[in-house]
Amino acid sequence: MPDETSLLLMIATRKGSFTLRANPERDRFQLEGPQFLGHVVHHIVLDPRDRRTMLLAASTGHLGPTVFRSADAGGSWQEAERPPQFAKAVAGGRKRAVDHVFWLTPGHADEPGVWYAGTSPQGLFRSEDAGRRWEGVAGLNDHPLLDTWTGGEQDGTPDGPKLHSVLIDPRDRRRMYVGMSSGGVFATDDQGATWRPMNRGSLAEFRPDPFPEYGQDPHRVALHPLRPDRLYQQNHCGIYRLDLPDETWIRVGERMPSEVGDIGLPLALHPRDPDTAWVFPMDGSTVWPRVSPGGKPAVYGTGDAGQSWQRLDQGLPREQAWFTVKRQAFCADELAPVGLYFGTTSGSVWASNNEGEQWHCVAQHLPEIYALETALV
Amino acid sequence: MALCRPASSRNLRAGNGAGVSTVALRLAPLLHSYTRGASELQVTGGTLNEMLQDLDRRYPGIRFRLVDEQDRPRRHVRFFVNDADTRDLEMKLRDGDNVYIVGALSGG
Repeated sequence: MPDETSLLLMIATRKGSFTLRANPERDRFQLEGPQFLGHVVHHIVLDPRDRRTMLLAASTGHLGPTVFRSADAGGSWQEAERPPQFAKAVAGGRKRAVDHVFWLTPGHADEPGVWYAGTSPQGLFRSEDAGRRWEGVAGLNDHPLLDTWTGGEQDGTPDGPKLHSVLIDPRDRRRMYVGMSSGGVFATDDQGATWRPMNRGSLAEFRPDPFPEYGQDPHRVALHPLRPDRLYQQNHCGIYRLDLPDETWIRVGERMPSEVGDIGLPLALHPRDPDTAWVFPMDGSTVWPRVSPGGKPAVYGTGDAGQSWQRLDQGLPREQAWFTVKRQAFCADELAPVGLYFGTTSGSVWASNNEGEQWHCVAQHLPEIYALETALV
Repeated sequence: MALCRPASSRNLRAGNGAGVSTVALRLAPLLHSYTRGASELQVTGGTLNEMLQDLDRRYPGIRFRLVDEQDRPRRHVRFFVNDADTRDLEMKLRDGDNVYIVGALSGG
């Protein structure tokens, strides 16, 4: 790690935000915070294009949703002048209101200041001034089939239906993908003017047709920055890989041990190797406990694009550890070897500075962790 | 943590025009970050909605935290006008009314 930079881990929790700052070896972490104590913080992201602009999606138990923005990497904050909000309904139309901003993504490298936000219920918003003012992406938010694709607001996660995993092709800013829970994966080739479902091969066993055109529940979708034609997803029914131009998802999670399964929420990619990815399996049987199978938490990693998986649990509790890791709470840094980090709903942060070979608990007793992101500052 | 709010854009005791009432507004602590700690204000408006618009002109962004984009009060926000609980933003206000905005009792 260069001397002038340090690794920052941004932690969004149900009761505020925290940061962990690592030493160069990433074996010691300094916890700082809380900020926004009492706010429900869904996501915190530092803009990799300038390493200063930081956006934070928040609401409170009582007050409506908003976005806070910092121009000094979290030192001071201002509220967005116009947070994401749906258009006012026409007479007789459905009155949609943003319940919370769930996802934040910096725009393409060629569009400094552009950000995207995904909301609950499913909506996509764009800012062209580094998060001060947000406007809806009408091509999706007003699409006549949006309700059909998503199943309406009753079809979603227990915390509300969400638009997440806003992905931008680094070669072409017009090509984007989003995940909708429920709804599936959707793609645009014209920067959001038109959209199409991209769910062929993706199982939705909770629907009458198990392989529908739309209606899946992708928990997390990721695009590899060095091979943008490769996408991975961890969804409600398995782990998948897709290699364009074939828009068919291949279920690579079937190679996971049967006693563990391939159900989970998050997914993390190696920043330089498109064949390497990590998942955090959780029990998806019967009534969907969504805790570590058997109370034995483990990360699983693949180095061959899902052909095989390796259990990575050294340092993690051996038994009676019923971890739940939400879809935004598992991430990889960009260093070598890659650091991996996950946060649990019981408020612990676990870190590995060697690609999952060994894990250490680096923070505990935090509020319920919703999201982790890393940045070099 | 430094949370910077825009400066209040108007005198807090603006003139009272035709059809506009001046009311005494009391704010629960969850809104004090907007008002720099002030819990009692004099605001104007012929209706509760107009009063909220006046409040938002002074403290930008506060209205959207209380009322959604379809002009519906947030689920866990309560408006009291002279002790009457209301969710009708078109409720008429009179000079001297007391308005109280509070987070509804909800836990977790």
